[in-house]
Amino acid sequence: MGNVFLIAEQKDGQVKRVSLEILSELTRQGVTTTTLVPGFGDMGQVAESLVNHGAHKVVVLEHEGLKQYNTEAYANAVFSYLSSQNPTAIITGATSHGKDFLPRVAAKFKAGLVADGISFQFSGDKVSVKKPVYAGKCSKSVEFSGGPAVFSVRPNVLPTQAANKSGSVEKVTADPGNVKAKIVSSVASQVKKVELTEADIIISGGRSLKSADNFKILADCAATLGAAVGASRAAVDAGYAPHDMQVGQTGKTVSPKLYIACGISGAIQHLAGMRTSKVIVAINKDPEAPIFQKSDYGIVGDLFEVVPLLTEELKRLKSQS
Amino acid sequence: MNIIVLIKQVPDTETKVRITSDKKGIETNDIKWIINPYDEFAIEEGLKTKEKLKEGTVTVVTVGPDRTVEALRTAVAMGADNAVHVKVDGMLDTYLVSRALAEVCKKENGHIIFTGKQAIDDDQAATFSYVAELLNYPSATVVVKCDISADKTKATLEQEGDGGAKNIIETALPAVIGVNKGINTPRYASLPGIMKAKKKEIKTYTLNDLGLGSETNKTVEMDYQLPPERAAGKKLSGDIPAQVKELVRLLREEAKVV
Repeated sequence: MGNVFLIAEQKDGQVKRVSLEILSELTRQGVTTTTLVPGFGDMGQVAESLVNHGAHKVVVLEHEGLKQYNTEAYANAVFSYLSSQNPTAIITGATSHGKDFLPRVAAKFKAGLVADGISFQFSGDKVSVKKPVYAGKCSKSVEFSGGPAVFSVRPNVLPTQAANKSGSVEKVTADPGNVKAKIVSSVASQVKKVELTEADIIISGGRSLKSADNFKILADCAATLGAAVGASRAAVDAGYAPHDMQVGQTGKTVSPKLYIACGISGAIQHLAGMRTSKVIVAINKDPEAPIFQKSDYGIVGDLFEVVPLLTEELKRLKSQS
Repeated sequence: MNIIVLIKQVPDTETKVRITSDKKGIETNDIKWIINPYDEFAIEEGLKTKEKLKEGTVTVVTVGPDRTVEALRTAVAMGADNAVHVKVDGMLDTYLVSRALAEVCKKENGHIIFTGKQAIDDDQAATFSYVAELLNYPSATVVVKCDISADKTKATLEQEGDGGAKNIIETALPAVIGVNKGINTPRYASLPGIMKAKKKEIKTYTLNDLGLGSETNKTVEMDYQLPPERAAGKKLSGDIPAQVKELVRLLREEAKVV
């Protein structure tokens, strides 16, 4: 299977879980992988986590210009290392950063690219990647012809598994090249929010929330669960929630462990964005709402009554455990 | 200033996807085709940029079969000055589409290139950055605000970051900018615009014209699958407080997710 490279992602010296998910899957398939970590500063913890999940060889691509994520710098640094390595596969997590820089790496190799895969299979010299299309209304399996196989893998779909292995760690000085676009300032959200696409639990609201203020009842429940808050297109179009919270075909595609849909009827374009959630709960006044056909558990009732009770019950449970 | 907008024609979001019998694609007979919703924001941003600068031309570009000319005409009806169609019959992958788009951007001498952050059919979200790299231009995506400097050598962008963060990006121009919903409200086509669009001459290229005649896709689609149907689950019963208690118990003991 040749020279397989995983580009691991870290933030402030902490590895992103999706990197471990991909590594665990590569280990399970017996694929020997070199893991690259673009960054700057102490990458000790990152390297340790990677080795503990089966990394044979970790190469930290170090440069001050990689301390903060930058599209061009990441792509240039990765390519400066890989250009002499004759890679057969280049993989990263389909995070906002991964989806941003990986096409540049593919372009440098003039290679084919599959973004946001939900599974992949190496066999002999070939790799096949399965990816959802039409926001998950269907999926397709894709193989590569000529050049390295470049693909990204969606967070939260593959399990992590610790491996009892030892791996080597080395550091090389990377070249971030000439950077023409830079983040000059960044303001975090006033409310600390969990990124939807990486959240384990999501509680989403539809137009029946009736106002932006009412989303607070979902936020309270989310805080109890450590969950992210999502919204349907109808709620976003009505101005109750910002677009970065939208789940569905013109928003984000998510696959959390638990998705709680509150006052969401289940339009086809919303279902497309959340149908791969492991467990779906629907709370809706309308017993005929299509969302009930797709959910594991359903409560027919008014979300304004149900959600606060749910928050209370979860709090009670938390205080007991 | 040459403003270029890269657009794609995609099936309407209400489309119920059916897979062809050979599993090589989806049934397209009764599909309603629309401009990719994110690309509509890109068209609007192109038009607004021209209006703000009080100069320049807006050129829309697409790659696809004959039907995609309709998307170009819609963009012209909204106000685009020129339209370029790269006429291909088969399915092109991200690699080959990006190569074609990059060649057109070179021919048209694009100074700022707008496109949607992703197309809602293949959901690759990769073209803007693939094209940018081929052109050796900077890029930014999920952009919700774009201001071009008075001397037109750079742009200040606002980008939606993870978890609701806002990033301010400064980029040199030329650049490729992937726009997100929220950046503007796309205008409707005007009646004179629609009349103009009907008569508009559309520049057409083949891959051969772009020097890509011997290029092929770098990916091969093997087969399409529908997702497994989810079986409808339990609707709980009893009064609401009892249902909530039961739900939490099931989530903990049966589903083991809380």
